[in-house]
Amino acid sequence: MELIEVPLHAVAHSRAGDKGNRVNLSLMPYDPALYPLLAEQVTEERVLALFRHRGATRCRRYDLPLIHAFNFVVDDALEGGVNGALNLDGHGKSLSFRLLALTVRVPREAIRRPPPGC
Amino acid sequence: MSDLFLVGNGAGFSGDRVDAPVPVVRELVRRGLPAAMFFECLAERTIALAQIEKRRDPEAGYEPMLERLLEPILADCARAGIPILGNFGAANPPAAARCVARLARRLGLPELRIGVVSGDDVSGSVDLAALSPHEADAGFDMSAWSMVSANAYIGAAPLAEALGRGAQVVVAGRTSDPSLAVAPLMHHFGWAEDDWQALALGAACGHLLECGSQVTGGVFWDPGFKDIPDPANIGFPIAEVGRGGGLVVTKPEDTGGLVDLRSVKEQLLYELHDPAAYMTPDVVMDITGVTLEQQGRDRVALRGVRGHPRPERLKVTACYEGSWLGEGEVSVAGPNALARARATADVLLQRVKRRGLARRARADLIGISSVHDSDDGALWRSYDGPEPPEVRIRLAVECTSREDADQAAREVLAMLCCGTAGTSGARWRVTPRILTRSFLVPREMVPTEVTVREARAWN
Repeated sequence: MELIEVPLHAVAHSRAGDKGNRVNLSLMPYDPALYPLLAEQVTEERVLALFRHRGATRCRRYDLPLIHAFNFVVDDALEGGVNGALNLDGHGKSLSFRLLALTVRVPREAIRRPPPGC
Repeated sequence: MSDLFLVGNGAGFSGDRVDAPVPVVRELVRRGLPAAMFFECLAERTIALAQIEKRRDPEAGYEPMLERLLEPILADCARAGIPILGNFGAANPPAAARCVARLARRLGLPELRIGVVSGDDVSGSVDLAALSPHEADAGFDMSAWSMVSANAYIGAAPLAEALGRGAQVVVAGRTSDPSLAVAPLMHHFGWAEDDWQALALGAACGHLLECGSQVTGGVFWDPGFKDIPDPANIGFPIAEVGRGGGLVVTKPEDTGGLVDLRSVKEQLLYELHDPAAYMTPDVVMDITGVTLEQQGRDRVALRGVRGHPRPERLKVTACYEGSWLGEGEVSVAGPNALARARATADVLLQRVKRRGLARRARADLIGISSVHDSDDGALWRSYDGPEPPEVRIRLAVECTSREDADQAAREVLAMLCCGTAGTSGARWRVTPRILTRSFLVPREMVPTEVTVREARAWN
């Protein structure tokens, strides 16, 4: 099977939510068949690395295989959170799309829409 | 007593679409089943802003859109026996009740029964310094700040009590968001306060609906990837809850948006940490065994939610004031925009530092990196992508006085003459900063009180 590298956005969707200085990011593949592949590639370490520049200290992934979903909880990712941050997006609601820019290797036929240039 | 109860949501936050409740109520009336409407209007610091309003005017400090939200639906709900619950009382539930009462009298409903739930405001009764901070918040030193508000997230029981005493509108301040949906279910089905399984079903209903359109297509649509019909008219959600444990999320037929597995999964996990332990004052909800099923268009059924005994302590969120946020922006465009933008950002930071105005300062390059960046601009400083057609430069500062914040923010204005070639479009503003911290408080320290009166008696 031929695997190609694409942003998560091509195969999955996500939503961000905040509590204090902590953000949670859900991640769901459009095709449940991709669930094991994402479980293997979208690790806590890789997701934490996306938020290291903001001082994130810890990432925990919870797996919900019955609904083919992951929940990433990242501590100290919001530079103080909605009320503490100087950031325009204190809630971190846009951060789901930082996760969706992370690349994964998936079978070509699993891609919902090839990103430009692929 | 009906085996099916409908719960409709009319607002997911203060600032939501004010015309959203109308189609929801129309659908509830059309279906003719026992039903309730709820409005969630209190984000973490909304109550602090309301408290500041109340200081200025003792009759203010509740949801400013309250009358606008309720006017088109109040008479229909009263006629159909659909109670309305909301945390739209914010920092001043009695004044909100008087507002609803005035509206009711004007609509010819002087006998409408309005209930107020109080007790959430613990600012005068609990010594927060003696309590342990909530884990997500550890690490802030708030000693230099002055407290504006402290409110406990109270549960469904006092709201259900108000319904039991005939309230047709229940006005609360801070409650846990899902409790606004749990209460009418508790009241209708007669759930006991320790029926964890039933309460977890109610909490799931509340959790899925509490953000309004977020389960019906809002915060969801992504053109070309997750399209939704008619995003200018997203229908707000309705849940069908069965006595035997079923829960179906749907929406009014004549509206935009959608309810499908994707939208329900996104909202199910929204603001959730450990899926085995979603804490509410009523119950600890566990969604690790949940399954979802699409049952036709805009209908998703949820099964398998489990409940565990409620936490011993309630969450209290306190809000503090003590500093000012100054923000200023200018734009550059055309050839060499990126270099001019970077230089502008650096000079603005130097100016604020040179004048000693701010405790903290940050610059963003809007169009390159702003919402995902760090205070030190790690992403825009290292950006090596294509030259942008234009960039907006933003300065943000935290200052100890309004004057300093204003002076710092006005540095963007000076860039119109002192800045790089072609700098334009200066805007700046200063706002008070409100910080929040959460604590855990023993339940017995938060007694609640319920008052129910007819509209004509709320003066």
